[in-house]
Amino acid sequence: MNTGKSALVHGYEVVIGFETHAQLSTRSKIFSRASTAFGAEPNTQACAVDLALPGTLPVMNKGAVERAIEFGLAVGSHIAPRSIFARKNYFYPDLPKGYQISQFEIPVVQGGQVEFFLAGERRSVRLVRAHLEEDAGKSLHEDFVGQTGIDLNRAGTPLLEIVTEPDMRSSEEAVAYAKELHKIVTWIGICDGNMQEGSFRCDANVSVRKPGAPLGTRREIKNLNSFKFMQQAIDFEVRWQIERIEDGHAIEQATVLFNPDTGETRAMRSKEDAADYRYFPDPDLPPLVIADEWVQRVRDAMTELPRVMAQRFQADYGLTEYDATVLTQSRTMAAYFETAAKASGQAKLASNWIMGEVARRLNAGEIDIAESPANALQLAQLIVRIADGTISNNAARQVLDALWSRQGSDADQLIEAKGLKQLNDTGALEEIIDAVLAANPKNVEEYRDGNSKALNALVGQIMKASQGKANPQQVNELLRKKMG
Amino acid sequence: MKTPTELHDLSVAELAEQLRARKVSAVETAQHFLARARANAELGAFLYFNEEATLTQASAADAALAAGTSEASLLGVPVAHKDIFVTRDFAATAGSKMLTGYRSPFDATVVARLAEQGAVTLGKLNCDEFAMGSANENSAFGLVKNPWDQTRVPGGSSGGSAAAVAARLVPAATGTDTGGSIRQPASFCGITGIKPTYGRASRYGMVAFASSLDQAGPLARSAEDCALLLSAMCGPDLDRDSTSLDVPAENFARTLDDSLAGLRIGVPAEFFGEGLDADVRTAVDAALKEYEKLGAQLVPITLPRTELSIPVYYVIAPAEASSNLSRFDGVKFGHRAEQYSDLIDMYKKTRSQGFGDEVKRRIMIGTYVLSHGYYDAYYLQAQKIRRMIVDDFQQAFKQCDLIAGPVAPTVAWKLGDKSDDPLASYLADIFTLPASLAGLPGMSVPVGFGAGNMPVGMQLIANYLQESRLLNAAHRLQQATDWHLAKPEGF
Amino acid sequence: MSLTSTDIDRIANLARLELSPPESERMLTQINGFFDLVEKMRAVDTSGLQPLAHPVACWQDVVLRLREDAVSESDNRAANQRNAPSVEQGLFLVPKVIE
Repeated sequence: MNTGKSALVHGYEVVIGFETHAQLSTRSKIFSRASTAFGAEPNTQACAVDLALPGTLPVMNKGAVERAIEFGLAVGSHIAPRSIFARKNYFYPDLPKGYQISQFEIPVVQGGQVEFFLAGERRSVRLVRAHLEEDAGKSLHEDFVGQTGIDLNRAGTPLLEIVTEPDMRSSEEAVAYAKELHKIVTWIGICDGNMQEGSFRCDANVSVRKPGAPLGTRREIKNLNSFKFMQQAIDFEVRWQIERIEDGHAIEQATVLFNPDTGETRAMRSKEDAADYRYFPDPDLPPLVIADEWVQRVRDAMTELPRVMAQRFQADYGLTEYDATVLTQSRTMAAYFETAAKASGQAKLASNWIMGEVARRLNAGEIDIAESPANALQLAQLIVRIADGTISNNAARQVLDALWSRQGSDADQLIEAKGLKQLNDTGALEEIIDAVLAANPKNVEEYRDGNSKALNALVGQIMKASQGKANPQQVNELLRKKMG
Repeated sequence: MKTPTELHDLSVAELAEQLRARKVSAVETAQHFLARARANAELGAFLYFNEEATLTQASAADAALAAGTSEASLLGVPVAHKDIFVTRDFAATAGSKMLTGYRSPFDATVVARLAEQGAVTLGKLNCDEFAMGSANENSAFGLVKNPWDQTRVPGGSSGGSAAAVAARLVPAATGTDTGGSIRQPASFCGITGIKPTYGRASRYGMVAFASSLDQAGPLARSAEDCALLLSAMCGPDLDRDSTSLDVPAENFARTLDDSLAGLRIGVPAEFFGEGLDADVRTAVDAALKEYEKLGAQLVPITLPRTELSIPVYYVIAPAEASSNLSRFDGVKFGHRAEQYSDLIDMYKKTRSQGFGDEVKRRIMIGTYVLSHGYYDAYYLQAQKIRRMIVDDFQQAFKQCDLIAGPVAPTVAWKLGDKSDDPLASYLADIFTLPASLAGLPGMSVPVGFGAGNMPVGMQLIANYLQESRLLNAAHRLQQATDWHLAKPEGF
Repeated sequence: MSLTSTDIDRIANLARLELSPPESERMLTQINGFFDLVEKMRAVDTSGLQPLAHPVACWQDVVLRLREDAVSESDNRAANQRNAPSVEQGLFLVPKVIE
């Protein structure tokens, strides 16, 4: 259960629950053998079953079930040994059968939780369930005057609908949850997480109440497919609801859409009888039975989960919980870190550099660490040279720049070529120090009088005299020794 | 060599033999039956022909027959398909305006399986719209007349199939049975028909009416012929139909001649109550006596929930149908209204124009029993009683091997008699519904004539997967009697 | 349970059917007649019984068959759209959907 506390908004407690639709990364559709690949010409990946041609019937995709099991295991939920597919009946042009095959009373995954950090605090959001269902097609409104074009390529793509308890208490928490869920489904490889392509879509159920009061009426913000918009939309909705209540109006249940251009949420045209889906078990599909052996097989084959890996990083590499969490934000990041840490033997340095310098460059270039021009082994090499004193941090940054812009691919070669080796030779360094001290008697006196800033000036001169190659630590040590 | 005028008197088995022996060609045979079908168009049995496709199939069959290496069981035999099956070469309209002109990109599995055995498709047969009806008066494309008395109904929903076979317009036909739609028209038209165990024949390519009840089956003039066709039609279709039974295909003709000595035939008290017309009772009783002569033993049994099967069926079937028919929305295929103001108006006008009255009625009933607040009391309750009906049969089968009784309470009624009274029609389904709900295999076998000299059929019901037993019992009766050989006058 | 004409309207709307006033009236009478028949069913004591969704479940433990995740349907758009009432640039056209 959620242990954190979130701030009230104008004295109101915000209550948020999420329903997320994750498109599963199967090759074929959930009930047909057409491809799920994104971007094909309209209706070229909509076969007879997807189009609901008369006489067609659904046949279940094993890969979709397997991915549901993987998800259930990743979030610690119960995998139902027997679950039922039900028809959700309603009319819409992108729903070819006039019903969606989904799961109603008995879903395949039950319970579970998603844990994450919010401002350094651990949070946990409980899952009610996750169930398998089919995606609908797409409506294109722009291209035709007075008409809508329907593309059924997407119809039948497998979805896992993941439903939370209303455990979240702020938009920040909701976004943190969504990001963690996104990480989990992409980490275990069941979903490609491409939000722009619609692979990961969130609906946020939002309500407000005075602390201690019963739950308020909720409104559902549909189809949030960016984390930025998620936060904006929820914030607006919360403010809107509070204003309505303060003005003496009751909140009516509604489905709303977020407009990114205006930053506002707006109720959709009411779908008449929207609530009466007339669910009943689909007679075309017998119950889905998942034997223990299958669950066990999946469990054994599952990749190490991020939270487990983070704990291992803390234990094996002495990282803090925070650092370990950041480094396990994606499998590519974790792999990069582990390779660099092992190759260099300098886990802490590796973690600092990845979270600092490397992350900064990745963000600037808007690329994933998998596309980093400086690979983990190259970084490891660089780190070794920092650790053994060959170069200073400053110099290391220059080397990293060079690696990043592909001026070279070998850290040692670049250090050599750019003459970045620190001056570690004590003798040569002492000569420089003596010279600088002799040339700056005033600073020496000021330092001896207690002005520590005078030291910095001396250090600066020494660094300049050594063309930046002096090892700053050594300079400090020697200076103090000489000046007493 | 048999002269062409007698070709249509041959059974499927005999015709297949003549074709194999090259005494007649498949093309000649097809042309013969096409001519007969066209000459008897007033029966209303056929909806669509495609002579080119038929003759192409026939030519291919002739080539295979000439080569002499094919093992196909129905090579060159013309078969016609109920319009509820989708077919690539013929329009597939399920007897509905909603699908006027619809051409399917694939064949129903059952159609393909028969084609694999060399059957030649003669055409598509009329049926009640979306298989909903018991008199074939609900077709959007005209009614079908009973060849025995053209002022009477042929039964439904496979009325076209039954009429065509009875009138010898085709040696055999496919039908579908959801609540009795093979058995009842077979009974009304004096021919033999069988509905296999639910899941034996693939439903892929059958326009769906009630998914947990629909089953394909053959209609022909003998049990032997039905066995030939059923063997071809049945078999697992695991890749396309999730309700298809993973049970190997069977040669149902294997045990046709087995002795019936010691066979226990259960006679349910509820099938012989007040509602049963005297003439039907007499005919069925006579057949039961024949069974005793053949060595069978009659055992009184009870199927207590027989009457309840009516409301149970008429809650479950419309519920499933209401959902199955939602795909007819004017978007991807089928009829679309020409004038409408917006999307919802388009849906409403399209569906109201495309569907006939009975279909609309069942959609309304089905929508209602599934709707919020009523689901538990109606749909769920019906599914629970369904289980009780299954249990009734299992209890009965502890005491007998087969169950026998009438197919319908009366012989075929006059055209128009029940067309304004759907309820009366539902009530007449009482004897066929129980086996449908339980998913058991059931047959109709002609057992003589009743009022108005109209045919009477006897129903035989067996336990799951025991179609061979049904066909054996029917075959032995047909060897000992000649009711199934009677012909309607003028055909 | 007796239906009213309001019920008929609501159900017709749910089912996307349009009934003229005489049709509506006739439907009301017929369906109410039908439900008289159904009332007998409601009175049956079914406590403790599980609903039977798949008849086969009574004699065989019927479970959902799973197929391998493989693509075997290729582009068949022309044949699949042959019967479409309105198609443009490969898209099915419908009256504009307003959200």
